[in-house]
Amino acid sequence: MEKFKGNIWLLGDDIDTDIIIPTEYLALKTVEEMKEYAFSPLRPELSGNIETGDIIVAGKNFGCGSSREQAPEVLIALGIKCVIAKSFARIFFRNSINNGLLLIENEEFPDNCKEGTSVEVQLNKNIIYENKEYKIQPLPDNLMSIIKEGGLVESMKKRNKQVN
Amino acid sequence: MGMTIGEKILANAASKDKVVPGEIVTVDLDLIMSNDGTTHLTIDMFENKIKKKEIFDSRKVVFVVDHNIPAENEKTAMVHKKMREFANKHSIDFHEGRGVCHQVMVEDYVRSGQLILGADSHTCTYGALGAFGTGVGGTDFLYAMVTGTTWLMVPETIKINLTGKLPKGVSARDLMLKIIGDIGANGANYKILEFGGEGIKNFNISDRLVLCNLAVEAGAKTGIIEADEITLEYLKSKGRSPKNVFHSDDDAKYKKVYEYDLNQIEPVIARPDHIDDVVSIKEVDKVKIDEAFIGSCNSGRIEDLRVAAEVLKGKKVSEKVRCIITPASNNVYLQALEEGLLNIFMESGAMIMNPNCSVCWGSCQGVIGEGEILISTGTRNFKGRAGHKDSKVYLASVANVAASAVAGYITEYKED
Repeated sequence: MEKFKGNIWLLGDDIDTDIIIPTEYLALKTVEEMKEYAFSPLRPELSGNIETGDIIVAGKNFGCGSSREQAPEVLIALGIKCVIAKSFARIFFRNSINNGLLLIENEEFPDNCKEGTSVEVQLNKNIIYENKEYKIQPLPDNLMSIIKEGGLVESMKKRNKQVN
Repeated sequence: MGMTIGEKILANAASKDKVVPGEIVTVDLDLIMSNDGTTHLTIDMFENKIKKKEIFDSRKVVFVVDHNIPAENEKTAMVHKKMREFANKHSIDFHEGRGVCHQVMVEDYVRSGQLILGADSHTCTYGALGAFGTGVGGTDFLYAMVTGTTWLMVPETIKINLTGKLPKGVSARDLMLKIIGDIGANGANYKILEFGGEGIKNFNISDRLVLCNLAVEAGAKTGIIEADEITLEYLKSKGRSPKNVFHSDDDAKYKKVYEYDLNQIEPVIARPDHIDDVVSIKEVDKVKIDEAFIGSCNSGRIEDLRVAAEVLKGKKVSEKVRCIITPASNNVYLQALEEGLLNIFMESGAMIMNPNCSVCWGSCQGVIGEGEILISTGTRNFKGRAGHKDSKVYLASVANVAASAVAGYITEYKED
């Protein structure tokens, strides 16, 4: 079972897509150009400080709002390993899976962790933080295979257009 | 165990007799729609990432340019050019300058019982006609465009049971904001929000579009209303017929049922920066505003413009306020012209825009500056949604937005 550790960036409830990447930057040509503006309405310092392998932890309804796929894309471009939240908005959830970004839902953990500390995740099994275990509901197999194959387009190529 | 309307549409699209919530199904799509918010990225993926460059059935694909039309800079001009050329090459229906995508879809395409995917979060609007519309991102859209299918998890259904009739001066938008305020911005996350009960008979198609359009703001996969005689008459007036008319079974299972007595609904307002921060409009009385917006896929139809005209007739917009009015489609614009509504707006000092997403999209026109306050009939009031990160957006009904534009501050409309 895959295991990884990462540094926590802690955010609140209802982090919307317009905060993750504001509308005015969507016309930039590449996600690489957009990524420095990630979270700029809320925490403009964040994008400059995030390092590859870091983990975002947030409250309920992370990614609510528009269908812009640039939202999970900028998180991937910033090097975010996964997002742990109390809940995710559904379009953001699909877009993340489709781009190969791992999302983990857990009700308790976000209220019990601190920014700047490190957390360990065992894929589809648990979160280990300060010697306490938080169980993870495993993702359905078809979604897990999309993530593992690097997103929906790669998965589609591999399976000759059919995912299921 | 019976099924809800939404479950029946998904079962039909999956060629199954029955589906149950939680089940993942592969479904055939009746229509797919994409706009200039993201289509250029989908086209890039189509051109550069996949080998077999074929569209499953171009007659089922619709492209609409509505977010930045007419183009305000060369970047968006290139987005439109790319869409135009792609649509032309693949014989895809292409609309630019005809209106907000969801209004164009409702006027020209949507039929009851269809399953429709749109690369826009407000695709849930189509439930007003008894269809299942749901928003996705560009990658899902690409997959749908190539295969004609998608995967969906069958959602649970929440029922909003309506009784009675709204008091005069209270709108479907007040009701929907109140519902979102009650259940929260993720109160229907991943679920179907089904509106029913005898009260729904008092809602015309425009009112029903208002309800279903904002379902996503409560996190819902779609909003949906059973097609009835009002729906069928609307479709007939547009020269269309339903694909299927489904009813929720008496023993259908709902995750939750909320009861609303329409007689008890009052004018409300959603305060910045969260749509579920909903209070009586009286609580924010006299908050000064810089801009007022009437339009969007939620409230830019002829019924809305008639209400705005009733409020603005013979009045002047406050000189401290920019009042922007954007009909949701060309048809709406022409109807408003014919009824003399545009004269009333121009005489009041309002600005009339061409049909597009306008102020609600926050990047094509009517953008607000640092510290400014907008009152809007749009769909969202996120931090910075309409411009500067330190600007604020209030969401209210058409009548109250128009009345506030005249007053120069937030106020409730009172007939003279």
